[in-house]
Amino acid sequence: MALLQIAEPGQSAAPHQHRLAAGIDLGTTNSLVATVRSGVAETLADEHGEHLLPSVVRYTPDGVVVGRAARDAAIEDPHNTIVSVKRLIGRGVEDLKVLGDALPYRFVDTDSAVPRIQTVAGPVSAVEVSAEILKVLARRAEQTLGGELTGVVITVPAYFDDAQRQATKDAARLAGLHVFRLLNEPTAAAVAYGLDREADGVHAIYDLGGGTFDISILRLNKGVFEVMATGGDSALGGDDFDHAIAEWMMAQAGIAGSASAGLLRTLMQQARSAKEALASQEQVDIELTLDDGGRWQGTLDRDTLNRLIDPLIRKTISACRRTLRDAGVSVSEIKDVVMVGGSTRALRVREKVGEFFETEPLVDIDPDRVVAVGAALQADVLAGNKPEDEMLLLDVIPLSLGIETMGGLVEKIIPRNTTIPVARAQEFTTFKDGQTAMAIHVVQGERELVADNRSLARFELRGIPPMVAGAARIRVTFSVDADGLLHVEAEELSTGVRASVEVKPSYGLTDREIADMLTASIEHAGEDMAARRLAEQKVEAARVIEALEAALAADGAQLLDEEERQRIEQALQALRDTAQHSDDDQAIKAAIEALEKTCEFYVERRMNSNIRKAMAGHKVDEFE
Amino acid sequence: MAITLSEAAAERVRRFLENRGSGIGVRLGVKTSGCSGMAYVLEFVDELNDDDVVFEDHGVKVIVDKKSLVYLDGTELDYGKEGLNEGFLFNNPNVKEACGCGESFTV
Repeated sequence: MALLQIAEPGQSAAPHQHRLAAGIDLGTTNSLVATVRSGVAETLADEHGEHLLPSVVRYTPDGVVVGRAARDAAIEDPHNTIVSVKRLIGRGVEDLKVLGDALPYRFVDTDSAVPRIQTVAGPVSAVEVSAEILKVLARRAEQTLGGELTGVVITVPAYFDDAQRQATKDAARLAGLHVFRLLNEPTAAAVAYGLDREADGVHAIYDLGGGTFDISILRLNKGVFEVMATGGDSALGGDDFDHAIAEWMMAQAGIAGSASAGLLRTLMQQARSAKEALASQEQVDIELTLDDGGRWQGTLDRDTLNRLIDPLIRKTISACRRTLRDAGVSVSEIKDVVMVGGSTRALRVREKVGEFFETEPLVDIDPDRVVAVGAALQADVLAGNKPEDEMLLLDVIPLSLGIETMGGLVEKIIPRNTTIPVARAQEFTTFKDGQTAMAIHVVQGERELVADNRSLARFELRGIPPMVAGAARIRVTFSVDADGLLHVEAEELSTGVRASVEVKPSYGLTDREIADMLTASIEHAGEDMAARRLAEQKVEAARVIEALEAALAADGAQLLDEEERQRIEQALQALRDTAQHSDDDQAIKAAIEALEKTCEFYVERRMNSNIRKAMAGHKVDEFE
Repeated sequence: MAITLSEAAAERVRRFLENRGSGIGVRLGVKTSGCSGMAYVLEFVDELNDDDVVFEDHGVKVIVDKKSLVYLDGTELDYGKEGLNEGFLFNNPNVKEACGCGESFTV
């Protein structure tokens, strides 16, 4: 017997056509999967009732182990157990040198740019490791929902670049999942709290996890979340709280610096549970069996805990201050602060964050799960389980996208601030007679000249049938999907030959660079227009010269006498010289006009001769 | 003519409605489609239609349109679990044959 869920009015699915979707928080330490059922977004538990899946993958000769069992083996089998793979995804061999020798893995020497880790099961890449985690989460979702997933939304940090996002998508594809879209983690948290349904404003997302701290400033503008600035510390988190408490315990017990590895692990566990207990009680008693068999008993109260972790919290607050400055907003402009990450359960953190932002932080949703919940809500919408008008618009194109046209000019195809996904097409034509190929140069930016913009990609469309200049019709289509991935396709319409390229335009550019590019376009607006006029006249001159040369070669000898021909050649040479050396668009324009005037009689003769040719052999009444 | 809810189903519906923040009850219905003739409809209700009949059980409003009621009379809505999956079940005495999965049926 089928188990049914309650649908939104009018959105009941046909039998066997449930649009099952899930949101996945693919975390550095832990991962989660959530889905919307009967209108409620919830994270899903495994058969043991555990929601968090440790993001740890262990390769053994007998197969792959993911999660808790793999994490427990990390110490005894470090080479085959991959932890924190998120720090490696989308990184090249060069990046790993920067990450340092802290990584315990043996990397395989390869020529390829993608580093591979040597395990007993052979070399594996970060994409493959991430795919194993995704597979486990997807299987859990499919078991819970009783059907195959139509698609997922996976969250990534706001600062992930092009390569890291693409690698995350590749991992999903490898796990057999269809990705509706990647969603920035802070945006997902904001969506979970329904901030996207509220009035426009600026929000802060404070994300303090086990090992990392991120602060993001988002602006909601007409239903679109824009990441204004991100900041944080990739080596600061709840684990540091535990360290501080463990050190305090060691100092109290008089064993500082002399504890065995086993005792240190126990101390860390004790510290962690003491920290968690103090979220609900004023003080907690701790008991320890020391290395020499002796016992130590102590009491940790909230005041002491606060004193221990305050320096760490202060670090996060200074990061918040810096990030606000980067975003160019003041504390008073922040409407809401969303708390994400298990470490924000600590009351002191909430208190200090509330003090700094002068507002009560949002803590109603479990901070470990809030990102997954937001992703699930988004996945539910994208799967088509909600009415159209609840569709979320979440991203805009930060800079215009266009192609290079003759003369090094930019033809903008998608203007900046267009919401994505979007597709726009424009038709172009050939410049020369018999031209059979066209180079498509994709550029990004607001300036008029290609040289002043950012070049994204180049490709060629070949196989255009030879025609006179301007007769071919080439349609260039720009489409940007929900992840900001740009696909450019050029198609010659009479033959259907086509060529295309894919690029990710927005990542790899920081907000600052985008801002600089925008300011430059405004500052240089005047000279840009002059440059465009000049380039346009040069292109026009080249076109006229080209056409005239072709005409002279075709029938110059029959239609012109020596003196006439010389007159035309002179004017032609004058235009060539002006177009080549002059920086004055008016001078070139004048030269073009002069040449056209000189050639008037020739053009007339050609026309008459062509008409005679066309009419030859036909009766007059055929033309009536 | 009556439609009933099991205790467990009523509790779930109440919780889902509360979470949703709006809606007056839950709609049970049938539509013609599916691999075995008819399929069940289970939806939140924001407003009543003219031909709707409203039942109340365990404090939860169950809304059924008159046409569907013919096929659903005597049905008890239950809530169950199968492994990790959980959801609502129609215990419908009118069903003669159901497809393998029970998502559609004939009367």
